[in-house]
Amino acid sequence: MKRFIGFLKKEFYHIFRDKRSLFILFGMPVAQIMLFGFAITNEINNVNIAILDKSEDVTTKEIINKISSSTYFTIEQFIINEAEIETIFKKGKIKAVLIFEKDFSKNLIKENNASVQIITDATDPNTASTISNYANSMLQKYQQEVNKSIEIPYQIIPKSRMIFNQELKSVFMFVPGVMTIILMLVSAMMTSISITREKELGTMEILLVSPLKPFQVIIGKVVPYIFLSIINAIVIVLLSIFIFEMPVQGSLLLLGVESVIFIVNALSLGILISTISATQQTAMMVSLMGLMLPVILLSGFIFPINSMPEILQVISNVIPATWYIIILKGIMLKGVGLAIIWKETLILVAMTLFFIALSIKKYKIRLE
Amino acid sequence: MKTILYIVQKEFKQIFRNKAMLPLIFALPLIQLIILSNAATFDIKNIKFSYIDNDNTSFSRALIDKFEASTYFNVVSNFSSEKIASSAMLKGDVDVILEIPSYFERDLLKNKKTDLSVIINAIDGAAAGVENVYINQIVRSFNRNAQAKLMQPSDLINKPKNITSITSFWYNKTLNYKTFMVPGILVLLVTMITLFLSGMNIVREKEIGTLEQMNVTPIKKHQFIIGKLFPFWVLGMLLLTIGLIIASVLFNVPMVGSLGLMYLYTSIYILVILGMGLFISNYTDTQQQAMFIAWFFIVIFILMSGLFTPIESMPQWAQFLTEFNPIKFYVEVMRMVMLKGSSTVDILPQFTKTLVYAIVMNGLAVWSYKKTT
Repeated sequence: MKRFIGFLKKEFYHIFRDKRSLFILFGMPVAQIMLFGFAITNEINNVNIAILDKSEDVTTKEIINKISSSTYFTIEQFIINEAEIETIFKKGKIKAVLIFEKDFSKNLIKENNASVQIITDATDPNTASTISNYANSMLQKYQQEVNKSIEIPYQIIPKSRMIFNQELKSVFMFVPGVMTIILMLVSAMMTSISITREKELGTMEILLVSPLKPFQVIIGKVVPYIFLSIINAIVIVLLSIFIFEMPVQGSLLLLGVESVIFIVNALSLGILISTISATQQTAMMVSLMGLMLPVILLSGFIFPINSMPEILQVISNVIPATWYIIILKGIMLKGVGLAIIWKETLILVAMTLFFIALSIKKYKIRLE
Repeated sequence: MKTILYIVQKEFKQIFRNKAMLPLIFALPLIQLIILSNAATFDIKNIKFSYIDNDNTSFSRALIDKFEASTYFNVVSNFSSEKIASSAMLKGDVDVILEIPSYFERDLLKNKKTDLSVIINAIDGAAAGVENVYINQIVRSFNRNAQAKLMQPSDLINKPKNITSITSFWYNKTLNYKTFMVPGILVLLVTMITLFLSGMNIVREKEIGTLEQMNVTPIKKHQFIIGKLFPFWVLGMLLLTIGLIIASVLFNVPMVGSLGLMYLYTSIYILVILGMGLFISNYTDTQQQAMFIAWFFIVIFILMSGLFTPIESMPQWAQFLTEFNPIKFYVEVMRMVMLKGSSTVDILPQFTKTLVYAIVMNGLAVWSYKKTT
């Protein structure tokens, strides 16, 4: 035991002496949470649009005023003919053009019908369809105002209630994701690299001939990162509670336990990666390229899993991060307990055991 | 010149002899391009929809049929009470609950007005917004049909005024998300591979101790750096080429603009990334550090690049910060040239900024590289 503690000390020294890595290890979560909380959002606001007003009458002026006062659109310029649209789209700044037909007011009054053309730059399909939705709902609102005096009979009015996130803050969606990605990468990448580093530098041989048992070596390597990851998790949760007013509806204790399970899961994945790679470069490529993008894209962090093709939905099931994100959202936003998320927890535990078993099987005591 | 060629030769040999790395360098990014481009979509489909029908008339069932017929919604279940429905929502089995009140039909006929209550899981706020729009669309069209049937001539003393709008989607008529994401993810892969490899390369020699041997040779500083970086520049261009082929063959992404412009821009862009990698490896002692720092910057650059989320929605200060993000320029240029056919003049601002960036970055990298330790 004493030997083991000595070894553990060595590992902590390694980590704490490397100031640069340490800075990133703790700076990263803070920077990412701040970015997601303050800067990055998947809402669409302040879209630059242009307007082609062929009638320039009272009604179109009124509509344009309404549009320019909304937060969705910024009117960047007025153009005078359709030919300009191509040029301004190619410059890339303006995403949509609204065209009011000639004699807009006159048509609206005399024929009860006037039309607006919305041309969008659909290279970004999501922005384009959202712009179209926004513009349509604004026009509809205006239309309702015009028709205020007329009571239309037989109306069905859907009343929507947004639950778990009334204000539709995107940070609520991102915090669980950021937490997952940081824990996954810190734990898996750092352990896999620190073990292969000993292999590459040749010091692994020394550790293996020492009286320490191989499993003690591995555990000694892993323990410091468990500590670091837990600290990171705590920092992230504190930041999201105090700066972004993200609620933790469920039990903090459960949140802690689940996080430790996930950290151990990521660490065992890291050990597994280190057993199959000989150099730090390989270990890094596997953990970065093999983990980072799948964790960002397939886990439901940014993109909804439901909308993916069937086969990717199946793949997303084998990514531990997917389950952890469900658990986090459940505890933090929905306030559920173990009664509801036992299945997800069980899957995480099973995956962890599987990774550990596999790495024990692959672990070589002798060097080739 | 001859010296540089020898170093280049050495580097290439090292890359190609490393049998574990080679597949990682080429296969992994391309597999990712293929798989992940399919995953990255903000399209909201297969919404897990459920309903509570307290009215249970042919009229209320007709409304539900409308939802069943829609491709956006996937009617998962119908619940008998709100309590059961909310527990299913907690478990995550459903995302939308539509509750039709009792006397839905009667109220509509008698009071000429009736409400529907809709509960939406809004953890993903953006998706919830879209789901709400879809629900409103379906209800509105159902409502319009009902009105047409129920309206008496006496109801129509005043005809309501109507503003119609027609939307057209340019450059991507079918709103295919892959066309948008494939160029972006390709940018990401080219950047990540070149940055990580160049960032770790020199520091590896440092760590193993072979850099000292190189330093005592008569090889000049610039020869060494050019020799070190050139192979990765080639690698980056190669990845771009393979990626573009996959984009057009597998994903049918159009190449509207000039291919030459694309390559010209990329060749300068990769220099920025290589300079950055070299700079990182000059200031670190171990591969672990180098990679960690590279990772730190790349994650921030990716998130701030407009690749996944729109830049216009960011606050002013954040938009200003993106002006220093080379990945942002590349993502923009790639999409503009490939999808819209923007010309050299259109991308001139991005082009100049990237060029300045390349000069500054490589200048810094060369300046900070010391032959003595």
